[in-house]
Formats: sequence, C-alpha cells, structure tokens
Amino acid sequence: MGLEQMSSPEADGNRCSLHIRDLTVAYHRKPVLWDVDLDVPPSVVAGIVGPNGAGKSTLIKAVLDLVPHASGTVEIFGKPYRKQRRLVGYVPQRESVDWNYPINALELVAMGLYRTIGWFRRVGPVYRRRALQALADVGMADLAHRQISQLSGGQQQRIFLARALVQDAEVYFMDEPFSGVDAATEKTIIAILQRLREAGKTVFVVHHDLETVRDYFDYLIMLNMRVVSAGPVAEVFTPENLRRTYGGRLTLLDRAVDAMGRTR
Amino acid sequence: MIVDRLMRVLTLADYNTRVVMFGTVMLGIAGGVIGVFLLLRRRALLADAVSHAALPGVAGAFLLILALGGNPRSLPLLMLGALVSGLLGMGCVLFITRFTRISQDAALGIVLSVFFGFGVALLGIIQRTRGAPAAGLNSFIYGRTASMIRADAMLIGIAALVVVLVSMVLFKEFRLFTFDPDFAAGDGWPVQRLDTLLMSLVVAVTVIGLQAVGIILVIAILVVPPAAARFWTDRLDHMVLISAGVGAIGAYLGTGVSALAPRLPAGAVIVGAHGSVFVVSMLIGSARGVLRELFAHRSLARTTVKQNLLRALFECEEAERGASVESQWRYLTTARGWTERELARALRLLLRDGSIYRLPAGAWQLTEPGRVRAARVTRNHRLWEVYLLEHAETAPAHVDRGADFIEHVLGEELVAELEEALPRFGKVVPASVHVIGTGRGAT
Repeated sequence: MGLEQMSSPEADGNRCSLHIRDLTVAYHRKPVLWDVDLDVPPSVVAGIVGPNGAGKSTLIKAVLDLVPHASGTVEIFGKPYRKQRRLVGYVPQRESVDWNYPINALELVAMGLYRTIGWFRRVGPVYRRRALQALADVGMADLAHRQISQLSGGQQQRIFLARALVQDAEVYFMDEPFSGVDAATEKTIIAILQRLREAGKTVFVVHHDLETVRDYFDYLIMLNMRVVSAGPVAEVFTPENLRRTYGGRLTLLDRAVDAMGRTR
Repeated sequence: MIVDRLMRVLTLADYNTRVVMFGTVMLGIAGGVIGVFLLLRRRALLADAVSHAALPGVAGAFLLILALGGNPRSLPLLMLGALVSGLLGMGCVLFITRFTRISQDAALGIVLSVFFGFGVALLGIIQRTRGAPAAGLNSFIYGRTASMIRADAMLIGIAALVVVLVSMVLFKEFRLFTFDPDFAAGDGWPVQRLDTLLMSLVVAVTVIGLQAVGIILVIAILVVPPAAARFWTDRLDHMVLISAGVGAIGAYLGTGVSALAPRLPAGAVIVGAHGSVFVVSMLIGSARGVLRELFAHRSLARTTVKQNLLRALFECEEAERGASVESQWRYLTTARGWTERELARALRLLLRDGSIYRLPAGAWQLTEPGRVRAARVTRNHRLWEVYLLEHAETAPAHVDRGADFIEHVLGEELVAELEEALPRFGKVVPASVHVIGTGRGAT
C-alpha cells in the first residue's frame, strides 16, 4: 500500500512520509504543540530536537493517536494515520513500561509480530524464529530467555528496537532511543538506523545530544512548542535556528499560553 | 470428634459443604486468573473502589424491591444493584481522572468513601424500616458463605468459566496491552476496548464475590494470589496458573475452617488463608522469594572468598613463598588483609570442596583440580586487569579492585568475549601487572 503511494509521482502531499497540517495538542487546554506543519520526504533518518518540554514526545504520540488532537490532520504517505497503522513502527521511551513485568526478551520482541499473527492466535515457532533473528540483529541472541528486569538499560533499549524491527514498518518513530545507553548499544542503534535508511525506510528519532546530530541524521525537525525549523540537516542546523529553538524565552507566546492554562 | 468433623468438611461429605466449597473455589480461581492482569495493569485499587461502590447498589436494590413488593432477599437482583452502582463508581473514578486535575489516588479515595458512606446510610434506613428482613444485608459487608445455595454456586462457576476462557483466548492481547499500552495502541490494537473488557471481568468477579467474601475483603481474592504467584515465576503463563492454584487452595482451606467455626466470617478466613500462602511464597518463592535472594547473596559471598584464596595460593606458589609453614601463613594473611579466623574459614571452604590438602609439615597445598581452578581464577582476574587498563582507561592503582569486583560474577560468555578482546594471551595465565609476592601487589 505504502509503496503504491510512494510511486505515484508528484501528487501533492502523497510523496511525504509524514504530512502534518495545523496540529495543536493541549493538555487541560494548555497547548503543548502549537500549529505544527510538517512535510517530511520518505527515506530519511530525521532527528527531532528541542529543549525539555518542547513537545518532542508529544509530537510522536500525537502522530500515533496516543494523545487527542485539539485540531489538525496527520497523514502517513498521503492517507490518514488510522488507515496506515500497519506502515508504522514505534519505540516508546524505555521508562514508560514496568521492567519487572513477568516476560523474557524473546517474548517481548515477539510482541512486534502480534499484528501480523492476528487476534487470538498464539506465537508459533515461525514467529519465534523471526523474533530470535531480530534479537540476533541487535546482538542479544544469547539473552533471549533472560527475564527483562535482569537486562541492563542498554540491553532493554535494544530489545525495544528489535521489537520495532519485527514490526516491519515503513515509518518508524523512536522516542529517545539513545538516552542513557552504553557505547555498544549506541553503536547497535546507529547500525540499525543505517540499515533502515538503506532499506528506504523513514525514521523519526527524538534526540537530545546536539553534538551527534550531523552524524546520525540527514533531516532535522527543530521543535519548541511549534516547529522552529525543519529540513535537511545541512540547511537547518544553523546557530541562528539553534538560538531560536533553545535560546531566549519566547516571552509573548509563553505568557499567552500560561494565561490560558490558568484561566480555564 | 474434631478430626471427624474436619474430615467430613475436607472430603466434602455434606451436600451443603460441597455447594459452598464449589462456589468459593471457583471464585478463588476466577479472582486468581483475572487478578494477574489487574495487578500488572496496576489497577488493583480501582477494583477496591468498585467493591465499596457496590454497597449503595445492594441497599438501593433492597429498598426498591421492598417498595415494589418483591422478595428483597433475591440474590440476583441484589447483585444487579451491586453491579450497577459498582460500574457507576468506576465510571466516576475514570471521569474525575480524565477531566479534572485530581490525581487517580485522590479520585479513588473520594469515590470509594462517598459511595460506601452512602451505602451505610441506606443500610441504616433499612434497619429502621418496619417489617424489612434486613438481617442478610450485613453479610455483604463481611461476607457469609453459609447462606450460599446451589444457584449462587452455579452463577459463580459460570462467571469463573467465562473469566478463564476469555483469559486463555485473549492471553496474547492482554499481555500486550497490560505491558505496554502505548505500543499496543500505536500497533493498532483497540486498547480502550481491551481495557474495558478486562475491567468488566474484574467487576464481574468482584460482584459475584461480594456475598462470599464481603465488600471490604473482596479485593484480596483479586490481589493476594497473583502477588503470591509472582514470587514463584518470571513467566506470565505460569503466573496465571499458580495464581489460580493459590486462589483455589486458599478458598478451599478458608471455607473448610469457616465450616468448622461458623461464627468466624468466611471472607476473613478465606483471605487469611490466601495471606498465609502469600507469606510463605514471599519467604521461599523460587523466583523472587526473600530467602532465595539471601541465599544467592550468601553463595556469591562464599564464591568470592574461595576465589580470592585460590588466587592467593596460586600466586604464593608462583612466587615460591610457600616453602615453610610460617612464610605461607604470613603471605596468606597479608595478601588480602585477612584475620586468622577469616583465613581459617576460607581454608575450610576450600578443603571441603577438595581444592587443597595439608602437607604433613602443616603447609597448605593445592590439589590437582584445585590448581586447575586456581589457574582459571587467576587468569580471569589478570585478563580483566589488562582489559581495564587497556580498554577502560582505568588507573593502574584501581584495576585490581575493579577486576576483583567483576571477576566473581563472570559468566562463560563474558570470559569468551574477554579472550576475544585480548587474543595475545591465548589460554595461558598472563603474568600479573603487579609485583607479586610483596603482599602489597595483591591487596
């Protein structure tokens, strides 16, 4: 489905892996994301950067329909997200789950195959092999049967990645995969991003470390409640944009937003 | 006499006992199974709010039936009332958390206490109503199994069957959304509907359990068995089975005891039985029990002591310091700063597993298998030292400490990786990076 869309030439918007128009997200009427417009081409590894509270995770969650939109539309390859779910893979923040949950690495990775397996059916040997292969891809084949609380932070991050890999998606959204990981895991993640890029996939990565932006990404979304700048890294990763994203409070907008949060 | 009665109860000789036992055991199984997912979804207190919110429903249904001239002790109708107000209570909690800034724990407290207070007030009204046979209603608060009849037990049995079947069929889906609801939703699963289904099953078990266990304690049959089960396993499917087993056994024992002592409230006895199983599980559970953790800790401490002494003996031989009893003893006590008692204890440990023996003169000598072990320990230690020096940029003065800390928990896979990182050493024991034999080097 997605491939059809990609090959339809020049149809406006259809060629975008991610197309967002007028997206506003609010918690208790206080806006977190404000009038976001984005048109991201396919087959890029895109970083999403911005200060704390800029709405980076919220942007991903809004795309995936995990938080309600106050307004706006989100399209993946030219169709509403709801119709394109099968094209999307997701790596949530590592802290978002309970790592004491009674499950081992292999079973966790197999979760990425559930939608392929379908309702009610069990995870058969074919799928177990695929999950095992994905574990091997992230260098964790020998820890397949380890309970997840006995894995290090980096290893936990890697099985989250493996779970997304078996989803076999066209567009990936990764929420801070690099946060708090060891050197080996960082290398693994970079290798996987490289592999996904070569396979023509599109990857969105919420990221904190500005020093590595040029090395990891070829597209950049600079976010601070609204999109400050978005485009190829070489064009938008400038001191001027950085200052606009991180530096100086946007006093008027901030005050208006604060006032809205207070009065309603 | 008492043994006779006990046997009659436990072997289900009486018809009444059989009915009650069937009902409570089925309830235990249902609560144990669905409770696992409730616990993992971290919604245990929501079930508590539901059960407390059921009281005004029971009392209200009683009054309504009385006003309409029906039989106010009809259990299905009272349960229906409980179901309606229980669901209403749950709805209130979800509404408050979603649309206001009051946090969930406060919302739970508000709903639980306000509904329960309203129910108690209604009970007070009923007790003053002339001609109302109110006696049965109090049993809803503390639970009473003696009044359970065949139809009640069948109802519980059917509910338990539904719970078990749904949990089996949707095992994979329940696991997915209770572990990572965001991922599940992003993956296209109807998380809201699955959540509603899970909570509906919880409410169903709560309501059918009200009569037997009582409003205040019914939460226990949903929470205690799964919590106990968690100590025995790291696998979800096993946890469900064990939890169901704990629920059933607790119900069986509790019902048995309360049949012998009819004045004890059955709910309390059943929950007490579950609680006992929980305590035992917490202590000796094979996956996460307290004793197992203590034992694991102790056994690591022992391994550490033994390995340290093995290395000291090996290095003593290497430096040819073991010539006389006195010089060996001096070396060993200074090598790690052991007191004589600690050293004696460590030597006993090695003697017991056949790693060393004593020469007639009194000096200690490594046996053949002991020397193999000692060489391996020493080799791992020195490989680590070299690795830390070369790859982790650790200061030379700290490598021994670092290697000491890590080497005792080295698995075979790690040693293999270590060898890969340092191929030049092959399989031999590398020379120490310290000056051996001065006593200081190995401290």
